[in-house]
Amino acid sequence: MSGLVALPLVVMLASSIVALACLRYRRIQEAIALTGMVALVVAAGWLLAETWDGQILVLQAANWPAPFGITLVADLFASIMVMLAAIVGLTATMYSVGTIDADRERYGYYPLMNILVLGVCGAFLTGDLFNLYVWFEVLLVASFVIMALGGGRPQMEGALKYVALNLVSSVLFLSGVGLLYAATGTLNMADLSLRVAEAEADGYMTAVAMLFLTAFGIKAAMFPLFFWLPASYHTAPAPVAALFAGLLTKVGVYALIRVFTLIFTTDVGYTHTIILWLSVATMVTGVLGAVSHNDVKRILSFHIISQIGYMTLGLALFTPLALAGSIFYIGHHIIVKTNLFFVAGVIRRLGGTYELAHLGGLARSRPALAVLFFIPAFSLGGIPPLSGFFAKFVLVRAAADEREFVVLAFALGVGLLTLLSMTKIFVEAFLKPAPDGPPEPAAGAGFWHYTPIAGLAALTLVLGFAAEPFLSAATEAADQLMEPGRYITAVLGEPQ
Amino acid sequence: MELLLALTVGILYASGLYLLLRRSLVKVIVGLALLTNGANLLIFTAAGLVRGRPPLVEAGESVPQAPFADPVPQALILTAIVIGFGLQAFAMALAYRVYRESGSEDVDSLRTTEDPSINLPKVGTGE
Repeated sequence: MSGLVALPLVVMLASSIVALACLRYRRIQEAIALTGMVALVVAAGWLLAETWDGQILVLQAANWPAPFGITLVADLFASIMVMLAAIVGLTATMYSVGTIDADRERYGYYPLMNILVLGVCGAFLTGDLFNLYVWFEVLLVASFVIMALGGGRPQMEGALKYVALNLVSSVLFLSGVGLLYAATGTLNMADLSLRVAEAEADGYMTAVAMLFLTAFGIKAAMFPLFFWLPASYHTAPAPVAALFAGLLTKVGVYALIRVFTLIFTTDVGYTHTIILWLSVATMVTGVLGAVSHNDVKRILSFHIISQIGYMTLGLALFTPLALAGSIFYIGHHIIVKTNLFFVAGVIRRLGGTYELAHLGGLARSRPALAVLFFIPAFSLGGIPPLSGFFAKFVLVRAAADEREFVVLAFALGVGLLTLLSMTKIFVEAFLKPAPDGPPEPAAGAGFWHYTPIAGLAALTLVLGFAAEPFLSAATEAADQLMEPGRYITAVLGEPQ
Repeated sequence: MELLLALTVGILYASGLYLLLRRSLVKVIVGLALLTNGANLLIFTAAGLVRGRPPLVEAGESVPQAPFADPVPQALILTAIVIGFGLQAFAMALAYRVYRESGSEDVDSLRTTEDPSINLPKVGTGE
């Protein structure tokens, strides 16, 4: 069964190659990309089913025994993330079929999208630190090109900022990998976990841990390194922004959680306290940025940052309950945020703009869209019984258990402001009467727009109304993370 | 030798960061290149230098005789050089496109993405 771990990667690689070969035929490309993403959902579902009961699947590439070869590992956390990536990939591809113009498609939009998801899945599944760097570069290169593809001046500028800061982050990551190898002589994450625990908790390891925190913090858009995100995401077309918003920052969060639960756990009092206050700052600055803006996409971009704070908060508290909250939050957030960017794209197609001042009256003209916006928006705000409520509830509960009441107050206050700015979009774009003046050119929206939105909204409802199985899966995944012994035994075998 | 390489790494990082903070787009790209090469040298140096001892296994043995040069950092650097080369090529092409679009290579003038008063084009493609 261990070959199953590589299946999502093989599926994405195959569909990107075939799509690349059909570069000249748009419709065929679309069909291949859709087929590939459906196959990925199936593969990810299979992987998730195999790991659901807590089994950890391990594939030693080319049968080189760990820690010498490259290891692919699918524990429950990784499988959940691959499943989420597959869902976002499929919906973004569906939305793209209805929106992406011929020029972008001719320059390889769909193969790039497949390679991007390939890189994301690879980063989730790898058990080797340098291999993680390589997967990061795979997804970054694809995202760079998608970001810059076919754009005018704002998109080029946004792409430049995105590229420059992510390259700096990669250099820091690479430096950290080099220094860690110098100290331990291994790159296998399970082996690193053992070696770092054996090494003395001195300044060297903490410095290396901080290098990783900075590198992944840039990718995850944590305070104070988030500036590239609001400068770039809103310039890209809606499906691209949705894919990036849903997935890419979460790869950074995933890497943070993986590294700071498996490897750097020797000086938790120091490292995780830093993460704690960075999380609070991330939540607060992100939500304040969102409240200050009046453009749908900019508001949503800033909300990504504030939500990242919640996810890393669970890591910082470092209890099984808090990590379970983080994992549930990531799942909830990926689905909801992707959907909100889709809806923003439809708002723009119907109203001609992202500016709230020039929008209005959509609840009257498009009541179904209003409902479809209401579900993810108020889930993001944490209204029960939608998924965001349970995600926030678990985290707040974990913070209360740890007696971190200041942090708890910030988390609740930020939730209130999130609700405020979601209400602002709802009131301005949907409830208030349509503005006078000549109507903006409207593009209309159809099957390829509403299907992914409705599908993701349905998932949000399922996550909310039937939260129990998902919460217990998140708890199981968190237990695996808190007991690295199981991961290590699965990779390296029983200790002699 | 280690000291010399360590100093080189430090100089590469320092000058790379300095160039990143300059306003000229070309200098930013050069700064990124210096940083990447600094990181490569860092891996090479930090993993330890062994002169004139390739990791070759003698006939009849199953492991090379210590001390030998560790081949793993070199493999890492080789991979990182290739990746860094590709990324720098892309960054240069992107910088050129930004220059063509905005008519400037001053980083401070690239503010259309931050200023809320500047709207994105009303009717674009791909929305």
